[in-house]
Amino acid sequence: MAVCIEVIAKENYPFYIRSTPTENELKFHCMVHTSLDVVDEKISAMAKALVDQRELYQDLLYPTEDYKVYGYLTNSKVKFVMVVDSSNTALRDNEIRSMFRKLHNSYMDVVQPLLQPGGLHPVQGL
Amino acid sequence: MRGEERQRRTPAHSRALGWDPGELGAPRPAPRAQGTCRAARPGTSLTGARGCAPRPRWERALSRVAHLLVLVGTHRAGRGAPPERTAFPTTKRQRGQRPTGRASPFGASVVAAAQSSHWQTPIACAPGLGSAQPPAVGCGLGAGAAAGGAWEVQRLPDARKSGVKFRDSHWCRALSLRPRKCFLCWGRWVQGSLACWSCLWGCSGGDGPRRSVTSPRLPSSCPGWRRQASAAAGPGRGAWRTSYEWYIPKGILKTGWMNKHLNLVPALVVVFYELDWDEPQWKEKQSECATRVEIVRQSLQGRNTKVAVVLIQKKTPLPPGEDVIASERAAALCNACELSGKSLFVLPHTDHLVGYIIRLENAFYEHAQTYYYTEIRRVKSHKEFLNKTTHQLLFVRHQFKIAFFSELKQDTQNALKNYRTAYNLVHELRAHETNILEIKTMAGFINYKICRLCFQHNTPLDAIAQFRKHIDLCKKKIGSAELSFEHAAWMSKQFQAFGDLFDEAIKLGLTAIQTQNPGFYYQQAAYYAQERKQLAKSLCNHEASVMYPNPDPLETQTGVLDFYGQRSWRQGILSFDLSDPEKEKVGVLAIQLKERNVAHSEIIITLLSNAVAQFKKYKCPRMKSHLMVQMGEEYYYAKDYTKALKLLDYVMCDYRSEGWWTLLTSILTTALKCSYLMAQLKDYITYSLELLGRASTLKDDQKSRIEKNLINVLMNESPDPEPDCDTFAGKTAQKLWADRISLAGSNVFTIGVQDFVPFVQCKAKFHAPSFHVDVPVEFDIYLKADCPHPIRFSKLCVSFNNQEYNQFCVIEEASKANEVLENPTQGKMCLVPGKTRKLLFKFVAKTEDVGKKIEITSVDLALGNETGRCVVLNWQGGGGDAASSQEALQAARSFKRRPKLPDNEVHWDSIIIQASTMIISRVPNISVHLQHEPPALTNEMYCLVVTVQSHEKTQIRDVKLTAGLKPGQDANLTQKTHVTLHGTELCDESYPALLTDIPVGDLHPGEQLEKMLYVRCGTVGSRMFLVYVSYLINTTAEEKEIVCKCHKDETVTIETVFPFDVAVKFVSAKFEHLERVYADIPFLLMTDLLSASPWALTVVSSELQLAPSMTTVDQLESQVDNVVLQTGESASECFCLRCPSLGNVEGGVATGHYIISWKRTSAMENIPVIRTVITLPHVIVENIPLHVNADLPSFGRVRESLPVKYHLQNKTDFVQDVEISVEPSDAFMFSGLKQSNQSWKSSSGF
Repeated sequence: MAVCIEVIAKENYPFYIRSTPTENELKFHCMVHTSLDVVDEKISAMAKALVDQRELYQDLLYPTEDYKVYGYLTNSKVKFVMVVDSSNTALRDNEIRSMFRKLHNSYMDVVQPLLQPGGLHPVQGL
Repeated sequence: MRGEERQRRTPAHSRALGWDPGELGAPRPAPRAQGTCRAARPGTSLTGARGCAPRPRWERALSRVAHLLVLVGTHRAGRGAPPERTAFPTTKRQRGQRPTGRASPFGASVVAAAQSSHWQTPIACAPGLGSAQPPAVGCGLGAGAAAGGAWEVQRLPDARKSGVKFRDSHWCRALSLRPRKCFLCWGRWVQGSLACWSCLWGCSGGDGPRRSVTSPRLPSSCPGWRRQASAAAGPGRGAWRTSYEWYIPKGILKTGWMNKHLNLVPALVVVFYELDWDEPQWKEKQSECATRVEIVRQSLQGRNTKVAVVLIQKKTPLPPGEDVIASERAAALCNACELSGKSLFVLPHTDHLVGYIIRLENAFYEHAQTYYYTEIRRVKSHKEFLNKTTHQLLFVRHQFKIAFFSELKQDTQNALKNYRTAYNLVHELRAHETNILEIKTMAGFINYKICRLCFQHNTPLDAIAQFRKHIDLCKKKIGSAELSFEHAAWMSKQFQAFGDLFDEAIKLGLTAIQTQNPGFYYQQAAYYAQERKQLAKSLCNHEASVMYPNPDPLETQTGVLDFYGQRSWRQGILSFDLSDPEKEKVGVLAIQLKERNVAHSEIIITLLSNAVAQFKKYKCPRMKSHLMVQMGEEYYYAKDYTKALKLLDYVMCDYRSEGWWTLLTSILTTALKCSYLMAQLKDYITYSLELLGRASTLKDDQKSRIEKNLINVLMNESPDPEPDCDTFAGKTAQKLWADRISLAGSNVFTIGVQDFVPFVQCKAKFHAPSFHVDVPVEFDIYLKADCPHPIRFSKLCVSFNNQEYNQFCVIEEASKANEVLENPTQGKMCLVPGKTRKLLFKFVAKTEDVGKKIEITSVDLALGNETGRCVVLNWQGGGGDAASSQEALQAARSFKRRPKLPDNEVHWDSIIIQASTMIISRVPNISVHLQHEPPALTNEMYCLVVTVQSHEKTQIRDVKLTAGLKPGQDANLTQKTHVTLHGTELCDESYPALLTDIPVGDLHPGEQLEKMLYVRCGTVGSRMFLVYVSYLINTTAEEKEIVCKCHKDETVTIETVFPFDVAVKFVSAKFEHLERVYADIPFLLMTDLLSASPWALTVVSSELQLAPSMTTVDQLESQVDNVVLQTGESASECFCLRCPSLGNVEGGVATGHYIISWKRTSAMENIPVIRTVITLPHVIVENIPLHVNADLPSFGRVRESLPVKYHLQNKTDFVQDVEISVEPSDAFMFSGLKQSNQSWKSSSGF
């Protein structure tokens, strides 16, 4: 399980944050906020390379002593950041990826402008 | 006295811990502390914040590895005074501190060899060889230089003259300038005098530095060279080997060992002696030299140190083999000194000194290498005597020594390999609470060495991997819980040291990246330093009555520890049981009490600022801000509130601009505490305003408390103290606040809100984008408070770009100071949380401002009262603060449907700021009609009738008419359009395209006036014409008499067309079309005028103006005078012309002009006639040789003769033969000549 999940707007302000040890939310805030440095750098590197960015998963942003911070970037430059306990070895790259993908889907369900909240998805099976 | 004692104790204590509080800027007592530090870390520059702090001794020892070599000079008896003290430490206690007595000159002599990379130039340029000028020897050997005194040769231009320059305490730089390169570093002790060198700096004169010459007080006074077989020492070597069986080591590594091999035990001792091969007193000199060597040897007894002799000679040696005496004497000298031939060298005083010295250097280097090689072998040979049960510690020790010697030998690959083995061995040791510190200390040392060497080998990933492994292994080895802050300190030190190494490697060319840079290590070091502080706070909270134990358990007999990482009160005890729990308790207490005096915040801040510098370098602005917040908080804990506020204030805007409110709130809370504790009114109010605002994530009870405090401050009372403040600081703050209250003076603060998010929001909105000048300008100010309780403001004023309006837009309530709280929910001056309050303002604009923009430049809202304290919130423009733009963006993206509100309320988000409006003129109440008959015809005087009728209720004055071509169209149109009021004369170029401000007088209500305008358009196309009528009228607005200027304009687009088309053709007398005409032969010019005008045209007359080359055959009379042409009708004329022969004219011959005078049939009599000139086409004229003209009757009668006459004419200048034949038609009978041949002269006819 991730200990903290945060959704961040294109302009880098936080949309949503949820962390499991709620008492230390501030620490996670700081951690996620500082990790944006790395995401920003990646975005500018992408812009320089002028390649079409298909890979949304941004890999491990940086490891701290106790936590690992992973990033994910949607096409509209909305960022997902996930903090995972360093000691949790069960979470490999693949697990993190699939967690991000699920998060992305849920996010789209929330913000999808063509969708009535609570209604059916326009294309079944997506 | 007590303080001094403590100071003295500190080093031992800290060495035991493996960290040194003295590091943070407290200079060491040793006079050469700085130099040592520099030498210890070549190429490392400590960051600015730290300055050149002396490093802990172990670190210095660890980081410096070099050959140790000793040079001994010859004795110049009778010259100079002997040194007052020998340069050698005689006891262990002296190891750390050099004697500070008078200088020994020997130090100087080392340098010749020590400066391998620098010496060539200056020495080659003769350090005064023969030159009388003494170099600045004296200063180099001043007090404090002691045995360490050395010189540094500078490559200065004047080095040539002055030879070499001495500088004390730079020896160490020379020593380890680049320890990783070969033979840079040679030892530093010199025993005996060095007459040779002293002669270099002027031995001949009496003014030479006498101090530089001393008697050779050699080895006996040099116990440092000899093995010290003290009780604590292990079985060193030689005779002790076999006794390992019974030997039980008392610790891993002795504290003096590294220093001994770095600074005390030489690898090679070189005796310099002045002796020429042809010395007359050879025997005496030889024996003196032998004695000298003997003395050196004696002092070295037991050591494997090599001895070499260098003879300093004045003569150039002969090639080897040629000087028989030399070989003999050399052999004899070797014999006498018990030297191998390889250890005897000759250094002639010649021009080629450099070459000799380089060779000497290489030879010395080899000797030193051999020495260290032997040492390694010796240590290795001990291994076989060790057993795993009792000698575990020795395995580590030996492995470490081998590695250390390898490093001295400059064999870094093997050194690394051995250090790695040593590291693994350390972790194999059985760890227990009693020895865990020793194990960690050694592990830390070895780890430092490994990482350093990895960086040196340019394998940074290995270094990082090693460090991670080290941390993972040691993280949990906390040891005694009572001293857990020691572990945190140790961890912090590990990270810091690694950060330093990493940084050093980067300075030497390594490339770091954003996610892997020294900043992370400094940050982690700071984190552990914070943890240390926390632990120390909870563990060292002894009462003031607890005294520091006496006798001091941290004091040892010698003043230093015997082994690294042991407790001073139980040194050398290996048992895991605590033999004396009482002693242990006292020792722990002593350490805890000492920890209490550590300036933790300083350490943390230094580390954080190191990290900040790194993150700045590696493009991590947010990380930088985050660390600066931590620094600010640490300054807060350290009670340096000014610095704390400065840092917090600096980063706040970053968090604000990105909208991280949780983080901002936390920063603001700290900032509020700082400003409270310093009683900084303005800051306190600003932070309170923001903490009450919507950007704050504080709970309501907190907000209530802050709001209450804010109201207190506004009523000139002290606020309640902030929670969790230091009690002592809180008391000081209360006094400060009391002082502030008693002080009179400026009590009004204006705070600009554009840079923060206050708890009152403001939006200004004009009701319309424009207002007529006779209607009052209206706008609303919307206010909304986000604080938990209602708040009353005392004044609201709006400022405009035209300040004259400011006075109309002020709301003020004359209220007493205490009314801020009374009846808070009543009145329009009260803001109820969450409710939007709308305030309507109205004013009449000035007539001068018609056509101008009125803008709200600022809105000022005053809270509090001027008798108490007053805060003026100042919004620039029509409102909005630091968070508004982001909120607007969010609102725009949101799909949320807003709930319906009662009619008189509005959603805050739906209010859009409109901070400016236009003032426009009063609506005119007149009608303007235009009457005309389009289209206009080119060049005619087109008539436009303007009718103005007033519908105003009062008389209108000063009616003016502006009419003509509307400005802003094609510039060519302006030149080809002319307007006049007088239609009786044709207007020319001088008339304008637009007539302005034609006064027409006054108009009574209902009155109407008519004005004729004539427009002449020179070209076809459409034009826009403007008719603009302006007038003045007296009116009232809001019961105010004003004179309004009104205007009405009409625009009309008029098309201009050609009135008619004129077609011209040339035909022959038989009305046949002619491509060209023939000279002298008459032809016809036919004009055809086709009316294109939709209105009837009257052709007044027409005229043909012939060019000079044309002549007319009959009268030129107009045939179309006064012809009226309706649309589509045409009028034609025909003129008979002749063109005389002109020869061949290129492009034809000009015909002339056709001028038509015309006007509209409907035009009045007095309207002038328009003359339209049409240029006739050119015609090609051709000469023909023969002209035939048939003269036929127009008809014939049956059976009557029809006379036909042909005129033939020769048009040439020559006689022409002509054959004429007539072919009659079948319808005619024929008479006369059918055929004839004739010759004609020119121009004759027939």
